[in-house]
Amino acid sequence: MLKIENLQIGFQNSSGITPALKGVSLQLGRGETLAIVGESGSGKSVTALAITRLLPTPPAVYEGGRIEFEGRDLLKVSDAELRRVRGGKIAYIFQEPSTSLNPVYTIRSQIAEMIQLHRPDVKPDRRSLDAEIIHWLDAVGIQNPATRLNDYPHQFSGGMQQRVMIAMALSARPDLLIADEPTTALDVTIQAQILNKLRELQSELGMAVLLITHNFAIIRGLAKHVAVMYRGEVVEYGETDQVLRAPEHPYTQALISCIPRLGDRRRRLPTISDFATIK
Amino acid sequence: MTTLAITPHSKESEIPVSRILRRYWAHPVARISTFVILFFLLSAGGTALLGAFHQNWPCDPDQTHLEQKLLPPSLHHLLGTDNLGRDVLSRMLHGATISLSVGLIAVAVSLGIGLVVGAIAGYFGGWMDQILMRAVDALLCFPTFFIILSVVAILGPSLINIVIVIGLVSWTGAARLVRGEFLTLRETEYVKGARVLGQNSWQIITRHILPNAAAPILVTAIISIPDAILTEATLSILGFGVQPPQATWGNIIADGKTYLLDAWWLILFPGLAILIATLSLYLAGDSLRKAAESRS
Amino acid sequence: MKPESPANLSEFQVSAFKFHPFSYDSSFQPMSSFIIRRLALSVVLLFIISIISFFIVTLTPGSPYPWGELNPKISKEVKETFRKKFHLDRPLPEQYAFIMRDLFTGNLRSIKDDRPVMARILERLPATLALNFSSILISLAFGTLLGVTAARHAGGWQDVSGSLAAIVFIALPGFWISYLIAIVLVNEFHVPILGTQSYGIDFPNAAAAILDRLWHLLVPATVLALGGIAVQSRYLRATMIESLREDYIRTARAKGLSEEIVLYKHALRNSIRPILAGIGMLLPAMISGSVVIETIFAYPGIGRLSYEAVLERDYPTLVAMNFFVAALILLGNLISDLLYAAVDPRVRLE
Repeated sequence: MLKIENLQIGFQNSSGITPALKGVSLQLGRGETLAIVGESGSGKSVTALAITRLLPTPPAVYEGGRIEFEGRDLLKVSDAELRRVRGGKIAYIFQEPSTSLNPVYTIRSQIAEMIQLHRPDVKPDRRSLDAEIIHWLDAVGIQNPATRLNDYPHQFSGGMQQRVMIAMALSARPDLLIADEPTTALDVTIQAQILNKLRELQSELGMAVLLITHNFAIIRGLAKHVAVMYRGEVVEYGETDQVLRAPEHPYTQALISCIPRLGDRRRRLPTISDFATIK
Repeated sequence: MTTLAITPHSKESEIPVSRILRRYWAHPVARISTFVILFFLLSAGGTALLGAFHQNWPCDPDQTHLEQKLLPPSLHHLLGTDNLGRDVLSRMLHGATISLSVGLIAVAVSLGIGLVVGAIAGYFGGWMDQILMRAVDALLCFPTFFIILSVVAILGPSLINIVIVIGLVSWTGAARLVRGEFLTLRETEYVKGARVLGQNSWQIITRHILPNAAAPILVTAIISIPDAILTEATLSILGFGVQPPQATWGNIIADGKTYLLDAWWLILFPGLAILIATLSLYLAGDSLRKAAESRS
Repeated sequence: MKPESPANLSEFQVSAFKFHPFSYDSSFQPMSSFIIRRLALSVVLLFIISIISFFIVTLTPGSPYPWGELNPKISKEVKETFRKKFHLDRPLPEQYAFIMRDLFTGNLRSIKDDRPVMARILERLPATLALNFSSILISLAFGTLLGVTAARHAGGWQDVSGSLAAIVFIALPGFWISYLIAIVLVNEFHVPILGTQSYGIDFPNAAAAILDRLWHLLVPATVLALGGIAVQSRYLRATMIESLREDYIRTARAKGLSEEIVLYKHALRNSIRPILAGIGMLLPAMISGSVVIETIFAYPGIGRLSYEAVLERDYPTLVAMNFFVAALILLGNLISDLLYAAVDPRVRLE
């Protein structure tokens, strides 16, 4: 369904173009989950945003590659076509839910906007819209959704805000959900809840998920395949269980060995230089 | 015992003034504006000096030639003649002196008042600050031109009166700014240090606070000059500016407005001069502000 | 016309530009205490304004007679009566009290025609309100459009030319452009522009008559608005650029919304501060500028009234005018401050 081939992206600053992605290739089938793991600066968020050309193009420069989605190259489609794909086919949830929702509009109006744009099957009158919104708020696990329709984002806690974002993204019934570090900003206990909810909804809706994270620990049980990124390249790519058991690339090895385990007696966490020399 | 490293002279140890000037000069806009301003100043000053020696340079601005009245621009009269046959270019050159001096002196007056008020309010704070700022708020509610017009009309339009009245009414901006600067600078370490050392308020203000506040104050001054020039011109249009036969840019337009439809050059050129002078001053002041603020 | 530079804003309006894009906290400050405090402040300011208005006219050295002191034709008795009538023989504080009393009871009479000053003001007020409201509307509308466009193409030719145009507009002498417009319109297009309507023309129907009035209103209003457009667009541009950097803009784009909706619905609503503050900011400058513009276009508003009062040395009218206009502006500021507090709860803490 989604195939990224040799994507190259750079960022322009006063002293030239710094490469950010040096030829990234991935693919994702219908209903599958792919996790992209890497440290900050590895290029995973850039990859995620690049898929629907969400990177602001003054600094970002698309230097090459193809992003094939449902038969078309997203890097070449028209703006109008791109807008149809955004939200309707490929939806996003972001890392900071508190700043990702518009503070001056109610959650009702923000979710309604999504529905009105991408769901022609929902009648545009207020009752049908509200019913649909309540359905999704309920699906993500928000209590008493009907009473919270006219609340503003700041009136929700962090975990709830993220649920609202998920509800908003899913209400358009996308084929692919790109989750960019969805739980990084949340408490550990909430993280588990959100991730479980995500998994539940994914199997219900049969949608594909691209999960971006720096946390290797959470992808188990969630993603069938994983791509490990380091410095703008995919250094390891395969089935999650396989990679976790027998990582080939030194970076992956370092990452995995960093995952804290119960009974772990090491005092110093290993770094990549323990596994390979850096050029 | 640690040894202190002595850093060699680098660009960073330049005195702030030259650093600001260097950054200012880097903008082409600033350079053009400065040249234009200098051009105006020199032509006004030059005319004033030459006029003192040689009454009729380039042509006598006051000499009327009724047979040559209302001539459009030509080779002989580059900017045309007015309703009394006087050469417009001469009048504009002589008028530049007045218009520009009004701008400079009025700003000097308003800056003087604003500096004192702002310094007192900002440095001493407390109830003095409150009272002064309430007065400023009240004054801000007035459309300044109303007041200026009323007072100049009552006092009688003369150069001194106009300059003083403009100064008396426009000090609020400078006061606000100075107060803000003083409030911030008052809390800095070196001021506190100076106080601990026993310096009295006057010393602290003049030696520590003022030099650091100089740049924004200068910027405000530059940006206020166009206002004063415009106000004088507007007063002239309404008949309350510097009186004829003395020429000012506003005067020429005022005299010319009766012949509005026939002699467009009487309106266009003086207004253009005002526009260019104003524009250059704004741009120069703006560039100076950017140069003083940025950390390069 | 040059609108007030930022240094001339009330502190309140200055702080408006320093707030970061919204983050509400859930403790909404009570609106009522803010209103009371603000009203109390306004009353104090009004009092100070009245004193200033009075002193402007009275303390300025200059003969209070509308005709020269030395004019031999006017007999001493007439001068005495005149002095008594206008309380010019009493000490200053009493004069102040008298004038204020007369002002508020509507008894203050103009020297020129002995009609109550307030009557003269009120008959010109609608025209002035029409002019200034239109001017503010034009400023806000075009200023917003230009500001959003500049922010959208930040750094591009739209932005740079917009900034340049803004500075030119601010520097443009209002009277100059008015005269030039008059010359062009009358000479080239033979279009009447003076006054509020074209005289001596029979209009075929009411619509044409209204259009004519509208035309006469819009030309001076646009000239007045030029500076306001410039200032408004620059402030809005700065705030919009900040807003456009926020995460929720990225979310809005990710939702597939068109760039116009992202700008005008999502970003603009968060950048509304300059628009609200702009109203309070533009009003004094416009009234100031309207004196000369109204005179040039022979538009019968308050600006022109004050000019006429100056010409006639009509002191009671001058005092009343200064006071009235300042009070009007005070009211305008109050309304805009209240509107502001209604929108942003943090402001009520001041």
